[in-house]
Amino acid sequence: MSRAALLVLADGRFPAGGHAHSGGAEAAVKAGRITGAASLEEFCRGRLHTSGLVSASLAAAAALGLDPVELDEAADARTPSAALRTAARRLGRQMMRAARATWPHPELDAVARLFPKGAHQPVVLGVAARAAGLGADDAAYCSLYESVSGAATATVRLLSLDPFDATGVLARLAPAMDLVARDAVDAARRAVEDGVDALPAGSAPLLEISAEAHAAWAVRLFAS
Amino acid sequence: MHLDHSPSHSHSHDGPSALSADAHRPDGSRRAIRIGLGGPVGSGKTATVAALCHALRDELSLAVVTNDIYTREDAEFLLREAVLPPERITAVETGACPHTAIRDDISANLEAVEDLEDEVGPLDLILVESGGDNLTATFSKGLVDAQIFVIDVAGGDDIPRKGGPGVTTADLLVVNKTDLAPYVGSDLARMAADAKAQRAELPVVFQSLRDDKGVAAVADWVRGQLAAWTAA
Amino acid sequence: MMTSAGVRATARIAATADGRGGTALPVLDGEGPLALRRTRAAGSEARVMLVGAMSGPLGGDHFTVEANAHEGARLHVGSAAATIALPGQAKGPARYDVRLTVADDAELHWLPEQLISACDSELQVRTRAELAAGARLVLREEQVLGRAGEAPGRLTSRLTVRRAGRSLLDQELACGPGAPGGWDGPAVLGGHRAVGQLVVVRPEFVHEMPRAALLGEFAALTPLAGPAVLVTAVAPDARHLRRVLDEAVRALG
Repeated sequence: MSRAALLVLADGRFPAGGHAHSGGAEAAVKAGRITGAASLEEFCRGRLHTSGLVSASLAAAAALGLDPVELDEAADARTPSAALRTAARRLGRQMMRAARATWPHPELDAVARLFPKGAHQPVVLGVAARAAGLGADDAAYCSLYESVSGAATATVRLLSLDPFDATGVLARLAPAMDLVARDAVDAARRAVEDGVDALPAGSAPLLEISAEAHAAWAVRLFAS
Repeated sequence: MHLDHSPSHSHSHDGPSALSADAHRPDGSRRAIRIGLGGPVGSGKTATVAALCHALRDELSLAVVTNDIYTREDAEFLLREAVLPPERITAVETGACPHTAIRDDISANLEAVEDLEDEVGPLDLILVESGGDNLTATFSKGLVDAQIFVIDVAGGDDIPRKGGPGVTTADLLVVNKTDLAPYVGSDLARMAADAKAQRAELPVVFQSLRDDKGVAAVADWVRGQLAAWTAA
Repeated sequence: MMTSAGVRATARIAATADGRGGTALPVLDGEGPLALRRTRAAGSEARVMLVGAMSGPLGGDHFTVEANAHEGARLHVGSAAATIALPGQAKGPARYDVRLTVADDAELHWLPEQLISACDSELQVRTRAELAAGARLVLREEQVLGRAGEAPGRLTSRLTVRRAGRSLLDQELACGPGAPGGWDGPAVLGGHRAVGQLVVVRPEFVHEMPRAALLGEFAALTPLAGPAVLVTAVAPDARHLRRVLDEAVRALG
């Protein structure tokens, strides 16, 4: 296992398309639900424990070698918003491209062949982690960090929020990320024994509703 | 010119699709040439793309990818102008950072060009228009085979002198809206001399889309690029 | 049965085609606080009302309701009043399990009244619907956080819909004191006190899927990854929530 490979995969500049997505922050900013660092933190905390936990457990399960097709189905069932499924597959396809170029691996090629238009991003992330020689906990951390850092970066751009405040938010969320990452990996290990239904299924109604609204906007800065 | 790819640029064809700058499609056929158009806000990129589509659509199979700052604005202009059928125009969303989408993380644009070739191909030419950005925004060589940088006389006649990666290294520099030069006090001769100093042998075109020749010189340059691409 | 750990009760409903174009109810077994009553049929459909004989579930209680719509049956299940989760004497959370199965060419409308999570209560709801490929389902769940002007209890509600052996929808809402952080924040409930889901599964959606649509600012209809749609809504109270979900039912026809 390589700690440096984890940094490569977790780097916000890893060219896998994340920069064009706000993790729901653009819709929440426009609705007046995110107005500054404090509400950004609550927003991110809610993401962490719902879609963040689900994504992290999918990524960890994929890193443990669970069947990507089953995991992709589980991701579909846990992503009721059609707009968010589209975004997740688009990002999965972009992650796949970046991962195959970075860590060529037959398992990545196989998943790319099965899902030419993209599997759910956390599933691809987990297989990419395997290809990079990383473990389930690394995959879970990558996925979790990305589920909040994207929203924080987007909020800096959308609200002209002080970037130091946004980074402070991420730092304050670190203990919660540690706990959620542990839960995600535990769930992934249970899924190895009991099947993918053992994976968490946390949902965030406002994220889902506003994702559909956002997808219908004529003018927006972010893809989701 | 970076039309001839060195072996180090080419990727294995075993996988489901090319990863980046590979000159071939997964089925082994040669893909369309991709030409990027970048430049500052308001310099006339979208108008140039529209004019190129008008000039070339009867002789070439072409498609356009736009990278808007706000989603779909440029794509919708092209759709309104009906320069191409709608299925040949794709908008990529850039998350408020148009230069990121054409340079640092080109994955969404690569998907857009590949999908266009799959869905409306075979294509000869794909124009990739960047969102209006600053003078440092250039296209990654992983995304385009050649790039055009569009500036205009109204943006200040000192832009060629100031240089920057777009002005200095683009395969073609277009100085647009020459018809406005008398009104904004821009010195075209000085711009030409400054551009020559910055770019040495790289070509520069001065154009006004309002005069008779319009986009003809740029269209000719595109034809030349395509001929070289096809011959390679 | 009353135990020191709380009340365990199971109610069972089975619906079959009666061979004359109607629906029979060969099994209609209530137990303790879970009483069942057949009400007037509407056309080919059998209607059953879940009648709470006492309030609950209380902490430590474990209620189970099973409804099976066999091939050709049309079953509609409602409830006479809202279910209120209350704190109890016994330790530990109350559990409420709902197990629904719908066979090919059968239809189930599962439309209970709201679930109200009263202050200091703790309830885990688990709803599982297992559908054959040709099954039809309309399922509504509404959660209300606290009675009027009251703080909510702790509520975890997981809803799983499987069709033809595959997971179609799997989601869990956790809210109230002690729930994971951010549950009342801008990503999850944002101060809303009522949240609901409406799931509609119809085989004909394979051919023509309803398009995603917004139903006001706080509700959306979205196609699932199968012949089904989900309406998710949040609202300030139960009345507003019901109005939105009723509109969605009408819009789907």
